[in-house]
Amino acid sequence: MVSGGGGSAVALAPGRLADRNFKYYMIFPAVLVILLIGLFPVIYTLIISFQNLTMMDEDTSFHGLMHYRALFEDARFWESLLHTFIFVAVALPAELLLGLAMAYLFLERLPGRQIFVALLVLPVVTSPIIAGATWRLLFDNQFGPINQILGWFAGEPVPIIWLVDPNFVYPAILIAEIWQWTPFMFLLLLAALSNVDKSQTEAAELDGASFLRTFRLIVLPAIWPVMAIAVLIRALDLFRLFDVVWALTRGGPGTSTETISIYAYVAGFQQFETSYTAAMAFVVIVILAVSITLVLRRLEIDR
Amino acid sequence: MRADKGTGLALRYVAAVAVTIVFLFPIYWLASISFKTPDEIFASPPAWWPEQIQFANYAVLFKDGDVVTIWNSLVIASVSTVCAMLLGTMCAYSIARFRTGGNLFSDWIISNRMIPPIVIVFPVFLLYVRLGWVDTYIGLIVLYTAFNLPYVIWMMRGYIQDIPLELEESALVDGCTRWQVFWKVVLPMARGGLFATAVFTFVFAWNEFIFALVLTRSEVTTFPVQVTHYFGGQSNFWAKIAAMSMLGTVPIFIAVALLQRFLVRGISLGAVKG
Repeated sequence: MVSGGGGSAVALAPGRLADRNFKYYMIFPAVLVILLIGLFPVIYTLIISFQNLTMMDEDTSFHGLMHYRALFEDARFWESLLHTFIFVAVALPAELLLGLAMAYLFLERLPGRQIFVALLVLPVVTSPIIAGATWRLLFDNQFGPINQILGWFAGEPVPIIWLVDPNFVYPAILIAEIWQWTPFMFLLLLAALSNVDKSQTEAAELDGASFLRTFRLIVLPAIWPVMAIAVLIRALDLFRLFDVVWALTRGGPGTSTETISIYAYVAGFQQFETSYTAAMAFVVIVILAVSITLVLRRLEIDR
Repeated sequence: MRADKGTGLALRYVAAVAVTIVFLFPIYWLASISFKTPDEIFASPPAWWPEQIQFANYAVLFKDGDVVTIWNSLVIASVSTVCAMLLGTMCAYSIARFRTGGNLFSDWIISNRMIPPIVIVFPVFLLYVRLGWVDTYIGLIVLYTAFNLPYVIWMMRGYIQDIPLELEESALVDGCTRWQVFWKVVLPMARGGLFATAVFTFVFAWNEFIFALVLTRSEVTTFPVQVTHYFGGQSNFWAKIAAMSMLGTVPIFIAVALLQRFLVRGISLGAVKG
């Protein structure tokens, strides 16, 4: 079910010399192109982060760690990291738990299940910027339906200005984000749950084990490999969150919802601080590399 | 006991319908705005459906030429998908059958998928300024090809591993060259996976925003960027936002509906073989 590394045996024994090099010819073009995103950005950002470039000024002299020091003292940078972690910390568990609940809802026989699943996947394949634009229309305080619906429950008009009010801007972004990606968790967890051995869970229930106990001891270990990958994919996506926030608030009001990706964009393409942005980009690469290594090591041990 | 089961099913059914309505409502709302008249769009309290289906909001996009952004998206996503599929499947075949580069090489490939786009696009922009590739088809096509290659390689490696080896061996015995084996035996056998992977690759390129935001000005603007151009201090362009979004989204919905069987495997990077 879960595809590991390695794979099928090396059965096509190499023959003539041309044949022996065949496998390298086959990977060469792909590797060359991937270097554009895999190697070049890392090296190039590292180099210019030690210089003092702006979009107007080509100062390529060596400035050492100047920009890294400035970054360390830049409150806006730390705040953008904090905002990013808030989005990860709230959206990730919410998507996981909601997705799990939905997967259980659709796990057993249900007429038209295929159709439900086909419809529920639509948010996942919508462009994130379109999802953001859609929620922008939904959240409008005057012409959007959300305040209207809340008004029905409240019994009086609800005047929340979702995307400007500091108390509501985070919930608004999180709702859009969770709406779009909960179905992703749902689909993967549904597939994983469907593969859990029924006889084991039924036996546990007959023995009088509670649902939570059965889940923890039998279901969770069985779905763990898929769940771990789903969480890893979503965590990485959330860490680079840009589109939905851009569509809804552009990081505002002020800089209060600015993620690290948005701050890097603003610094690089609106304030034109080339070398400074490069330093920021490099720090992001380092944070990511370290956390991925730690997470993968952790997963390796659990296996 | 039997009645209990019936009630349970009915309750689950109600819950399933409710959940589906909640998740589809935003898409419904977007669609409904695209068919509304300005008066209906800016009604307070909001009108929940248009009085009649009219296509004026779409007609404006065609008349003003804004739909050229859909064309740009189509060109860039299609060409980059073909390139990524060709190079990626070649590489995947090499890895799947010869373990080229070992696990380390495979891990390096997929790790490139995890780099945040903003980190990639910044140095690439500086490079493209030198090359004169900003706001050109070639610039975005090359970048999308590179960005989608890890996905294609990773997915196609899995699909190729699912193909039994015997056919390739007998083709070799029959005197086919390696390339002929790949082209005439492996690719036809993997067509299901090829098709599914190509559609997802296309969707990623089609939906992508940051690269397009940074690397386009006016010549090759893609539709997601165009939609953000309609955001303004005044919300007069709601009709355009909705209509353009629908034009860019409905084809994707149709494409994905055609490959339900590959869906879970496609979005889980092959982790779940559905």
